[in-house]
Amino acid sequence: MQPKFVLDLGDLPDHGFGTRSLTWWGTVGMFAIESTTLAIGAAAYLYLMGQEPHWPPVAKNPDLSVSTTVTLLLLLSVIPNVWLEKRAEKYDLPAVRIGMVLMSLIGAVLVVLRLYEFSHLNVRWDSNAYGSAVWGLLGLHTAHLVTDLVDTVVLAILLFTRHGNHARRFVDSAENAMYWNFVVIAWLPVYAIIYLLPRWL
Amino acid sequence: MATEVTFPRDETTRAEAATHEWLSRTWATPQGLIGWLSEVDHKIVGRRSLITAVAFFALGGLLALTMRVQLAKPDNNLIGPDLYNQLFSMHGSTMMFLFAVPVMQALGVYLVPLMVGTRAIAFPRLNAFAFWVYLFGGVMLYVAFALNIGPDTGWFSYVPLSGPQYSSGKRVDFWAQMITFTELSSLAIAVSTICTIFKQRAPGMSLQKMPLFVWALLVTNFMVCFAMPAVMIASTYLLLDRSIATQFFNPAEGGDPLLWQHLFWFFGHPEVYIIFIPGLGIVSAITATFSGRPVVAYPLMVLSLLATGFLAFGLWVHHMFATGLPRLGDSFYTAASAMIALPSGIQIFCWIATMWEGRIRFTTPMLFVIGFVVVFVLGGLTGVMLASVPMDLQVHDTYFVVAHFHYVLIGGAVFPLLGGFYYWFPKMTGRLLSERLGKWNFWLFFIGFNVTFFPMHILGLEGMPRRVYTYSAQLGWGSMNLLATTGAFVLAIGVLLFLVNVARSLRSGQRAAANPWGASGLEWATDSPPPNYNFAHIPVAETSEPLWDHPHELPVAHGLRLDRRELLLTSVGEASPDLREPSADPSIWPFLAALAATFLFILSIFTPWGLYIGAVPVAITLIGWFWPRPGESIEREG
Repeated sequence: MQPKFVLDLGDLPDHGFGTRSLTWWGTVGMFAIESTTLAIGAAAYLYLMGQEPHWPPVAKNPDLSVSTTVTLLLLLSVIPNVWLEKRAEKYDLPAVRIGMVLMSLIGAVLVVLRLYEFSHLNVRWDSNAYGSAVWGLLGLHTAHLVTDLVDTVVLAILLFTRHGNHARRFVDSAENAMYWNFVVIAWLPVYAIIYLLPRWL
Repeated sequence: MATEVTFPRDETTRAEAATHEWLSRTWATPQGLIGWLSEVDHKIVGRRSLITAVAFFALGGLLALTMRVQLAKPDNNLIGPDLYNQLFSMHGSTMMFLFAVPVMQALGVYLVPLMVGTRAIAFPRLNAFAFWVYLFGGVMLYVAFALNIGPDTGWFSYVPLSGPQYSSGKRVDFWAQMITFTELSSLAIAVSTICTIFKQRAPGMSLQKMPLFVWALLVTNFMVCFAMPAVMIASTYLLLDRSIATQFFNPAEGGDPLLWQHLFWFFGHPEVYIIFIPGLGIVSAITATFSGRPVVAYPLMVLSLLATGFLAFGLWVHHMFATGLPRLGDSFYTAASAMIALPSGIQIFCWIATMWEGRIRFTTPMLFVIGFVVVFVLGGLTGVMLASVPMDLQVHDTYFVVAHFHYVLIGGAVFPLLGGFYYWFPKMTGRLLSERLGKWNFWLFFIGFNVTFFPMHILGLEGMPRRVYTYSAQLGWGSMNLLATTGAFVLAIGVLLFLVNVARSLRSGQRAAANPWGASGLEWATDSPPPNYNFAHIPVAETSEPLWDHPHELPVAHGLRLDRRELLLTSVGEASPDLREPSADPSIWPFLAALAATFLFILSIFTPWGLYIGAVPVAITLIGWFWPRPGESIEREG
């Protein structure tokens, strides 16, 4: 079969942000999978809750102090994160470097706080099904927190190497920021289920 | 005699030759062992996955034959109950997790990029990683089985039987971890395939011009994203109950065994559709080609696929009718289950109409399609019967159910798949499979299948339970069982003939041209087998049947770079050209990352610390994977 040339693609750009980028779609695919995972974890918690006359079936609710600190910090972190995303789209390397270092530090603080949060759940994972469900759900979110921290740190280091000033790094940074927004948004229902729901009941 | 060549013609020929040479170099297959392990070409990865899946199919089939030999006569003591438990658990787990889903996704990995007219799959390294993880998970399960630690609690591994109290040892842990492997692999392929379909379609191939096979794979891979997480959570929670004494499924501590069933079937029911929706895509492709016309009522076909995908998530409870759920729930799920017959029925009628309107060529692929229609309709009818609660309660856990799901799964997936192999084999290898052997293959398979599984309906109605290693002679089930076993051997000979056909045709089969069947899709626009770069020029899809509408001159685009791996990205809806993005070069890191993941998964069977210890090599290999190397396609400035 003979080719008949009807279109010239030579002038198309070689990268783009948001829905134009392939990795953006890959990341959104991951969101679909991870949101489902969290939703299933939450469903398991709610299902077990439906089997119990009293919830939680232990003496004390999980503490609000650490968890609320984590929540506030997560929400506040969105501000530098969105700023970083915008600077990445403007190819502003110095700003993106600062932003990525800042987000790495915030992530590290949050991971430490999260470990502390586990010890304030007032129940062990092996005490009863309630404990298992709480640890399970918090564990799932923590997996995201840690993954994103590793991601952010590696990318931040990369930005200070000779690979830093490259169009792809800006796309990567913008998408990494999008992932962090997801981690924050995904946290809110988890927080509500673990910490608020037992108090409202 | 000198050939007369005009100047412009020569110019074009030379330019074409140079283009091919550049592309061959840029998209070259890496050499040597390291190169072999670094492969990211979707065709090679897809081919490896197909071969692996067929190997597991053969193994699963041998397990089934062994069970049939045991059941051939009453009071048989060839195989004891413990080994029999392992046999049916391995058979089910193999066929569902190591064959059916991977083989369908693998077919998509091979074909979708060709069908949408692109040079590579999206995220080729992730795709390569997925293959290695799948392979290692499957091998792990069989090594465990060989060491007498094969799973023995059935493919759905119900608690409390599979819990710490009733299943000591590591058998269930290997099963649960195999789930982690295969689902990770499946999810990775799902993301790759969806992104390929959304962003890499040939310019002009808007969603409403997309081949039905691609639609089917799109729906399937979306279902994977929403169904697989449930079973990953379930198997992880089961492992945790067994290893660190969580109490998810332990009723003594507020857990609930039914939670397992909900989690499992929220995955398990969509799983069935994940397996047979690609089959529907194959049937559409074959029916159109051998009827010589497009499938009737394309919009209805697409809507039916979507409807099936959605409805699949509202049916899981019909696997649990016997657990004593609230009546209202029963009625709802009965209605939902019966509703699935609507989109399935619409598609069947559209294919029949297509055949009616067209001129049918009775080739082997077409025979398998007709076989599919017959078998699948029978399986669908028993499905409607089972959707009704009173009927379900009578035949629950009997051979009636075994008959039903083999009719649906072999009918809905394996018949189309075998047809698909005959249909696309020339594209993949450059050689046609023998039609004569193919017809023998079909008839032995079709007759053997029905002789094996039809008697099981009767056995089930007579009350023969599933998963018993033997039965007493007084029950009168001997002759039907012997008949089923005879059928199983005929079926096995059919499968063997297929393998013989493949082996013979690879060596001495008739050479295939680019489009041996006179089909219409873009995968037939390139050579058989396709070059590494798939297409020298990106095709432009001006119509939905490009090769039928442009039999001599294919409209194409030029302007992609030849000196680095580059893809055309288009918009999601209309597929208008948008970007030229680089595509990843071969890399050893996905293989190493899969090894590291294997280490983590296996270690955590033996110690909960495995997760933390194993995380270190996983992190290292992932960083190695993403760390840029100068000169890579992805690092070259545009």
